[in-house]
Amino acid sequence: MTGIDGSAAHLSDGLFTTAIAVYALAMVGYTAEYAFGRVARKPAEAAEPAEAPARELVGAGGPSPSEPPFASAPGAISSSKPPGRMQSDRLAARIGRWSVLLTVLGALIHGGSIAVRAIAVDAVPWSNMYEFASVAGLVGIVAFLGVLWKLPTLRHLGGFVLLPVILMMFLAGTVLYSRAQPLVPALQSYWLAIHVTLVSIAEGALMTSAVLTVLYLMRARQDRTPFRSERLGNLAAKLPAAETLDKAAYRVVAFAFPLYTIAVICGAIWAEAAWGRYWGWDPKETWAFIVWVVYAGYLHARATAGWKGRAAAWINLAGFGAITFNFLIVNIVVSGLHSYAGLS
Amino acid sequence: MTSKRSLRTVLRPVRMAWRRLTAMRTALILLFLLAVAAVPGSLLPQRPLNPVKTADYIKAHGAWGRFLDSIGMYDVFGSVWFAAIYLLLFVSLVGCLVPRIRVHARALRRKPLPAPRNLDRLPESGRFETATPPATYAAAARGALGRRWRVEQRTEESGATTLSAEKGYSRETGNLIFHIALLASLILIAVGRLYTYEGQLIVKQGSGFCNAVYQYDSWHPGRLAAEGKVHPAPFCIDRLDKFTASYTDEGAPSTFRADVTYRRNVNAPQQTASITVNHPLRLEGDRVYLLSHGYAPTITVHMPDGSVRHDTEVFVPSDAATLLSEGAFSLDGPQFGKDAGTQDIGISGLFAPTPVDEGNGKIGSASPQPNRPELSIFVYQGDLTGSGLPHSVYSIDTSEMTKIGAANLRVGQTKQLANGVSVTFDGWVPWASLQISHDPAQGYLLIAALAMVLGLLASLGVRRRRVWLRLSPSAPGDTGSPTVVSVGGLARSDSGNFSAEFAEVLERLAAAGPPVNEAYGSTLHITRDDPIGAGKD
Repeated sequence: MTGIDGSAAHLSDGLFTTAIAVYALAMVGYTAEYAFGRVARKPAEAAEPAEAPARELVGAGGPSPSEPPFASAPGAISSSKPPGRMQSDRLAARIGRWSVLLTVLGALIHGGSIAVRAIAVDAVPWSNMYEFASVAGLVGIVAFLGVLWKLPTLRHLGGFVLLPVILMMFLAGTVLYSRAQPLVPALQSYWLAIHVTLVSIAEGALMTSAVLTVLYLMRARQDRTPFRSERLGNLAAKLPAAETLDKAAYRVVAFAFPLYTIAVICGAIWAEAAWGRYWGWDPKETWAFIVWVVYAGYLHARATAGWKGRAAAWINLAGFGAITFNFLIVNIVVSGLHSYAGLS
Repeated sequence: MTSKRSLRTVLRPVRMAWRRLTAMRTALILLFLLAVAAVPGSLLPQRPLNPVKTADYIKAHGAWGRFLDSIGMYDVFGSVWFAAIYLLLFVSLVGCLVPRIRVHARALRRKPLPAPRNLDRLPESGRFETATPPATYAAAARGALGRRWRVEQRTEESGATTLSAEKGYSRETGNLIFHIALLASLILIAVGRLYTYEGQLIVKQGSGFCNAVYQYDSWHPGRLAAEGKVHPAPFCIDRLDKFTASYTDEGAPSTFRADVTYRRNVNAPQQTASITVNHPLRLEGDRVYLLSHGYAPTITVHMPDGSVRHDTEVFVPSDAATLLSEGAFSLDGPQFGKDAGTQDIGISGLFAPTPVDEGNGKIGSASPQPNRPELSIFVYQGDLTGSGLPHSVYSIDTSEMTKIGAANLRVGQTKQLANGVSVTFDGWVPWASLQISHDPAQGYLLIAALAMVLGLLASLGVRRRRVWLRLSPSAPGDTGSPTVVSVGGLARSDSGNFSAEFAEVLERLAAAGPPVNEAYGSTLHITRDDPIGAGKD
């Protein structure tokens, strides 16, 4: 274990900032599509027979996210729309596609920043809060792109995913930032790569699920009793059907929960080797337990009469609240064995 | 008769309570209670983790602190109420699992259900025609579905042939495995807690120990170990050959390593091993961990009676970052005779690995790495027994002693003091703090945890699906007429996109039989019913 490659660390920081800028641009694009595109609204009004074949094709074939998902639909729509409207729809769709491209570009630069940081510290680059936030942010983006692959109709919601990622990355780059440093002995283990990678993938995915859940709650509220505020009402009405959002949120949890479970077990195996016990109710461990229990509750609630739907959605958000607490408060305020925040 | 009825009246509330406890709703609430109950365990200091911090917290918070103590807030995970929640959850889980296992065992043996009358009322449905007669097509359809589907063929009263196909049984199997493995994990954790023990001790470079309770500086036994029913494995760490700490150019620690010579038991041959932070030495069911390290300075003292004494004592770091350490030497003078109780020498001191002068003769340390280390001492003469009150072994009781001098010494330097006393700082050796841990259940626990993961993957990943086919001749009585195949599908779990899946199955089924002959004037034509509200999966 020698020192740090300074120029590489510097390059990594530059790429990180660039990635934020590209994401911000993409977010503006998504928001524009969301605000001006009427086409985007189409699937939100859900379940017309005319739309079914298009959706079927999408589910089975999985077109690339940059392909226009509504290519087969405009014929049905144009009849009821004035031509001017049409033009702005096309423009909005084009902006949306460009936004996806920008997101992919941002993710590549972001990935590059992480890879260069790895070279700089000569280890997996997620041993402190800055690095972890960066990796989790990338996972969130990739999870969103994955959801887009399966459900391209959600494209115009990109802004909702990018906003928290950009905020988190900004926080990571300013408040949580720490210089590239070699690993302390306790972290010199291949379990760092396994445990922390799994945690960041699971938590990044759960963040995406939380965003979908917020959108679901908005849409469900709009369906039940429309928002009094017209702006909020318009916003919610443009969202996909409540059930689609709820199901997408669930699927992401169904993917992330086993990963989180494996991550906790790997953490326990590592703790046994490093600290002499597999579980010791260290604050970080305690909160990992709380997060696990809450998401287990979510999965059960979705299968329980009376808890389905909104109640389950709130549990999902409580789970993400626990993740956030575990990441921010436990790292910064509470001291424990997992004190690797890199903040002094 | 009456006694039977009264028994029933008595049992009724019990049965009701049982039913309520095993309901999913209750399990959900208990899960949340468990999550909420764990919160104070992470926010308040916990006695098992940090007794000193806990005591400080109680002192600082007065009555409120003592109240929290009385309700077990400083040992949340050992408290009665935490145990009550997870035991209720445990019982609820058992109560939920037993009937589900029975139901699932029955489902595994049962044939797939007969086809509903109207297949087009199902969430997914479709129809097509094929030129082959029903019996031939049924065989082809079985082949087209593949081995994953369990298929049952029936003939209805109307003469129509039906196929009932079902797959995804391993979803519930996985679900049950997950929960059973979870129960097993809880039991294994409890068993481990009974048999476990943990001992810590400090070993100077060059010394060693044989594993026994009296050797430990601190000892945390589980219940059975405390009752003397579990004995530490009889291995010996004969010698800590060398302790190595290395640092980066910037002074950050990069490796800690303890090289030891050990024997698996008293009669075994000697072997050597390296213990590092992430790599404990695993011996006879025990694990030996490297916890921390420090320095033990060596001094030579000329006593007031003219004798010469050598001593090496463990100094305890008062600053973990710089390893500035504190400690003491106790050198007894004559215990009997006229000089008894007047010629003991007590030395308290500070050891600075990389000394920096902080003024007024005080020293600090700039780094944990030894670089011309310095020993700062206060020397006392008198009676070491002092007030007789217990005190730390790393300090001396100076209440019956007189200070005869102080000095800051580099290695090799000597300080002359009153009464012919002199102290020489000869050098230092590193020491390592080791922990010996024992938990016979943890290997099994790992197996249970892996079973949990496998069960979880199956229960969240496997898709439970039902598909029915009804095959009927398009013109009854005409054996050469094409067969109408209507297909219905039902998703029994909401993972995956069943619409797309069903479309794919439908296509496969249509391809299984040759399309209707051109002579009949039609080609292969699949109709897909998509009733309102369906296909949202």
